[in-house]
Amino acid sequence: MTTQSRVPSIPAPAAPRTGRRAPVRGRTLRTDRWWAQPAVTVAVLTSFVVYSTWAAFVDRDYFWEPYLSPFYSPCLATRCGLVPGSQGAPHVGIFGSWWIISPAIIILIVPLGFRLTCYYYRKAYYRSFWLSPPACAVAEPHRRYTGETRFPLILQNVHRYFFYLGFLLNIVLSYDAVIAFRDHQGRWGHAGLGTLVLVLNALLLWAYTLSCHSCRGIVGGRLNHFSRHPVRYRLWTWVSRWNRYHGQIAWVSLVWVALADLYVRLVAAGWITDVRFF
Amino acid sequence: MSEIERHSYDVVVVGAGGAGLRAAIAAHDAGARTAIVCKSLLGKAHTVMAEGGIAAAMGNVWPEDNWQVHFRDTMRGGKMLNNWRMAQLHAQEAPERVWELESWGALFDRTPDGKISQRDFGGHRYARLAHVGDRTGLEMIRTLQQRAVALGIDVFMECTITRLLKDGDRIAGAFGYWRESGRFIVFEAPSVVLATGGIGKSFKVTSNSWEYTGDGHAMAMLAGAPLINMEFVQFHPTGMLWPPSVRGILVTESVRGDGGVLRNAEGRRFMFDYISDYFKAETADTEEEADRWYDDHINNRRPPELLPRDEVARAINAEVKAGRGTPHGGVYLDIASRRSPEFIKKRLPSMYHQFKELADVDITKEPMEIAPTCHYVMGGVEVDADSAMSKVPGLFAAGEVAGGMHGANRLGGNSLSDLLVFGKRAGEYAAAHAAGLAVRPRIDEADVAQAEAEALAPFARDGGENPYSLHRDLQETMHNLVGIIRVAEEMERALERIAEYRERLEKVSVEGNRQYNPGWHLALDLRNMLIVSESIARAALERKESRGGHTRDDYPSTDPEWGKRNVCCRWDGDHVTVYQQPLPEMPDELKKLFEEH
Amino acid sequence: MGYDLKLRVWRGDENGGGLVDFTVPVEEGEVVLDAIHRLQATQAHDLAVRWNCKAGKCGSCSAEINGRPRLMCMTRLSLFDPAEPVTVTPLRTFPVIRDLVTDVSFNYEKAKTVPPFTPPEGLALGEYRMAQVDVERSQEFRKCIECFLCQNVCHVIRDHEENKQHFAGPRFFIRYAELDMHPLDTLDRKRQLRDEHGLGLCNITKCCTEVCPEGIKITDNAIIPMKERVVDTRYDPLTRFIRRFRSPEQPRRPAPERQGQTAADS
Ligand SMILES: Cc1cc2nc3c(=O)[nH]c(=O)nc-3n(C[C@H](O)[C@H](O)[C@H](O)COP(=O)(O)OP(=O)(O)OC[C@H]3O[C@@H](n4cnc5c(N)ncnc54)[C@H](O)[C@@H]3O)c2cc1C
Ligand code: SF4
Ligand code: SF4
Ligand code: FES
Ligand code: FES
Repeated sequence: MTTQSRVPSIPAPAAPRTGRRAPVRGRTLRTDRWWAQPAVTVAVLTSFVVYSTWAAFVDRDYFWEPYLSPFYSPCLATRCGLVPGSQGAPHVGIFGSWWIISPAIIILIVPLGFRLTCYYYRKAYYRSFWLSPPACAVAEPHRRYTGETRFPLILQNVHRYFFYLGFLLNIVLSYDAVIAFRDHQGRWGHAGLGTLVLVLNALLLWAYTLSCHSCRGIVGGRLNHFSRHPVRYRLWTWVSRWNRYHGQIAWVSLVWVALADLYVRLVAAGWITDVRFF
Repeated sequence: MSEIERHSYDVVVVGAGGAGLRAAIAAHDAGARTAIVCKSLLGKAHTVMAEGGIAAAMGNVWPEDNWQVHFRDTMRGGKMLNNWRMAQLHAQEAPERVWELESWGALFDRTPDGKISQRDFGGHRYARLAHVGDRTGLEMIRTLQQRAVALGIDVFMECTITRLLKDGDRIAGAFGYWRESGRFIVFEAPSVVLATGGIGKSFKVTSNSWEYTGDGHAMAMLAGAPLINMEFVQFHPTGMLWPPSVRGILVTESVRGDGGVLRNAEGRRFMFDYISDYFKAETADTEEEADRWYDDHINNRRPPELLPRDEVARAINAEVKAGRGTPHGGVYLDIASRRSPEFIKKRLPSMYHQFKELADVDITKEPMEIAPTCHYVMGGVEVDADSAMSKVPGLFAAGEVAGGMHGANRLGGNSLSDLLVFGKRAGEYAAAHAAGLAVRPRIDEADVAQAEAEALAPFARDGGENPYSLHRDLQETMHNLVGIIRVAEEMERALERIAEYRERLEKVSVEGNRQYNPGWHLALDLRNMLIVSESIARAALERKESRGGHTRDDYPSTDPEWGKRNVCCRWDGDHVTVYQQPLPEMPDELKKLFEEH
Repeated sequence: MGYDLKLRVWRGDENGGGLVDFTVPVEEGEVVLDAIHRLQATQAHDLAVRWNCKAGKCGSCSAEINGRPRLMCMTRLSLFDPAEPVTVTPLRTFPVIRDLVTDVSFNYEKAKTVPPFTPPEGLALGEYRMAQVDVERSQEFRKCIECFLCQNVCHVIRDHEENKQHFAGPRFFIRYAELDMHPLDTLDRKRQLRDEHGLGLCNITKCCTEVCPEGIKITDNAIIPMKERVVDTRYDPLTRFIRRFRSPEQPRRPAPERQGQTAADS
């Protein structure tokens, strides 16, 4: 076509495409602070892991009549009560004297497994630690991705069993909260700041456990005819309502359980004295 | 010349809205090799936007309801200008068509005993509209789409048909282009079903999308099939008004069906002042009675807010003209003061969202500001009531593109049921027509070459006007001169302008290439919009009375003589001509239905 | 009050392209699609863009605005700082056709492979009875407007093209959930869901839920419950054991294997 030509040439139809994506450069065009949330998640989770590992392994200062640290409850080894800061701790001596490290390790498998396989925490750590993806519409750095289809992540499917165990554990922790209403001599009718801490801890853990997605499925989610199961439908509605806040509850209960341990620890070690309400 | 893509089918359905999909399913079920062609992606057709519901006399909420009552409501709503046979088939067959959807997976809202729930709408004597919240159209189109996909019907998406092809006086196929590549495509088919929807894009303020350029109306005319009732354009009383960006977007009639009322700037429920004699007997004349009606339909008469749309739109227009309008020139639609926030959010979730997000208005707290918006065309291709075939053998039409069913005004909810009833009929008869032919019609290659040249013409011109400005001018003209209230002199002016626009269209040029070029597509659609606009204006000029969706300032009353006649439009090769035709006579046993009341 | 919006739009096709800067006058209350339309009508007549309803009902106008997947017609300009440019790019996960229009046929192909609703045999039209509480969950999923924003944002295919083959994406996970929770459906599609459509590839990171303009709780209400239902029938020995003795609420037979693909249009 010559440059002077004034009659435009009629364009030909477009050639068939090969199916390439638009060559837009950059990992993301997001302009907001998308990295803030994963960063906070990493910070909080890491602090928790560091603290709880230390607290679980130090194997001392976890009982001060009547407060038992949630990390060490139920205490399943005969060691309990023998180390400093644990005198008088109630225990079930399933693990005999051959168990020489901290008894917390035994029971912590349950909350650890429960939280590790929790649908919410999965989201949180896949995003923040795995960067898969770091935030929505931000490219992840991995070359291959198989999700939860292979070992080990396929094991996430056991979550409901941890829910069952977590449920049982909560009963024990609630028992701990109840007996925190006794005083040093075992008389009922006492309450201190520690009592409040443990009661709140138990409540938060119930909120966390009962708002669990597996729980939602078990109580009624797996039904297809709610109308024929009015009671389970009620339960399901109730769990669903709480389930909406499962993420938030997960954070609060996580932080609180660490605080509860810390409080008992400080009291047991004699750093502070329990505030007694009545 | 490049090789053109070609396909051969028994039935080609143009349009993938409710009517098109239903027709394709019926044609497929009847054993025809069937294709669906549509301008947008599958599932995006206008039907997706329908909110309120599907009218069908299932009697789930009011056992008193039956097809006779529905028939009567439809005819009265249409000011008796409906094709009685279509209205009868529609009322009789709608329930089964709705139940069919359910068997394909649709999940309507339920009554306490597990049946399909039904809601009140303007002009319907009983709560009759099967619905899902306020997204009924979505449910309907998704169900039909999923059904068509499950049946394996071929779908050509983003493919626009520009011409119908004929062999002698019969249909032989259709010509179009792929929007994506600009490549041409020819369908060879003895039966073509038009299901292209409406014409709203010729008007400035409309609830319709870019697709509503009247392609089916125009192509049918160009192929020799006359249109009927084109003067009747429905202005929906409640369109959004403010901010300007949302002007025209629909506010569903369910707001009124569920208790919303209209108030002018002075706070008065003005609809009580506009109850015409025609509806006096069945409309409440006090607010108390109107409010009682929601719970007791038997002993109370309906609120005037639920009069047919033409009545309400005219009333709003009059209030605004009388200076009792809102600051932006509309009236208030108030449900906030009448229903609880929970009720509103449950029954009208998308309205709640639409206002919240687009206008910063919380409809559970404040009234909405609304004004009429161009919504639906009652007119369309003149078809045989039973078979949906037009005057051109092999050319069928169903849905909004077909005329006659709704007479002078359509009742809310009657469109979705119309799509189903006549979509199915069109598909079946199209398949039968194809099967019954001894020889398949042949496409004339000269027609294909001509269609191709026509489509490429805008590229062959240089430095001409761009199609967008022409489109804007047309919309302005139609809005101002052929809008809700019409007078002869204005319409004549509109016709002059439309003639000018036709000349301007000859000079329109487009830039860029053929790959997904909206400018080019609009240039081609403009031909259709101009033909349709001319039809509307000429038909409106012809009908010297006011009736339903056609209101004339110079002939303000309804004339019984005109009630016996339809105005038809024909393409005479260069422009639109109109002629009158007697309305088909209703049999006596149906006439009786109107005497009893 | 109006102002001049700095708009950066990706223009081009699969052979190349880039962000092009425009200045468009905009008015109060307008959305991104209004600005794009004005651009089209006044400056770039051939700018390719999809839209239909302009009211968030059809799901045509999906794009990425400042890097976030959104509907252009529901994104108010008031969301942005008038001094900053607004960037509009096509969906990243799908092949580009031109400018803001992408080829979303991936989704239509996947749709063909989900076994459709199958009612009980012998249930006559008009005889269907379902309680409102039983249809409510599925109704949530049927709100989907097929904007495919969730499909676009899902990193499983956004960042890994090779996964497209065996991953149907969140839009179809809700479709499976809808059918699995349908009170009258008679098929069990969980094998397809897991083996062919990659439910396990989803790591429940919830981006689909974040972008869904219909506010469908895709992850919480569809994906996780479906993961749990797959566990019920596949991994959990306890529920499988119990199931052997208690007949399920409503018998479902395995969905038939797919016969050869239905012919797509050429
Ligand atoms: C906002 C809104 C709300 C509504 N609410 C209700 C309601 O509650 N109840 C009710 O009964 N009615 C309602 N209506 C009316 C009703 O939705 C429409 O009349 C009806 O959906 C039209 O359906 P259709 O099948 O005729 O066409 P559409 O659904 O509009 O489909 C037209 C099809 O034709 C295709 N097409 C057009 N031209 C061409 C071409 N040249 N080549 C190829 N394909 C082409 C399009 O791509 C599209 O697929 C509403 C309408 C609107 C706009
Ligand atoms: S939750 Fe799952 S499906 Fe949704 S975006 Fe994330 S990975 Fe994709
Ligand atoms: S689920 Fe939501 S985001 Fe996904 S396609 Fe449907 S409407 Fe769009
Ligand atoms: S505990 Fe979080 S989902 Fe079960
Ligand atoms: S145009 Fe329909 S969703 Fe935006």
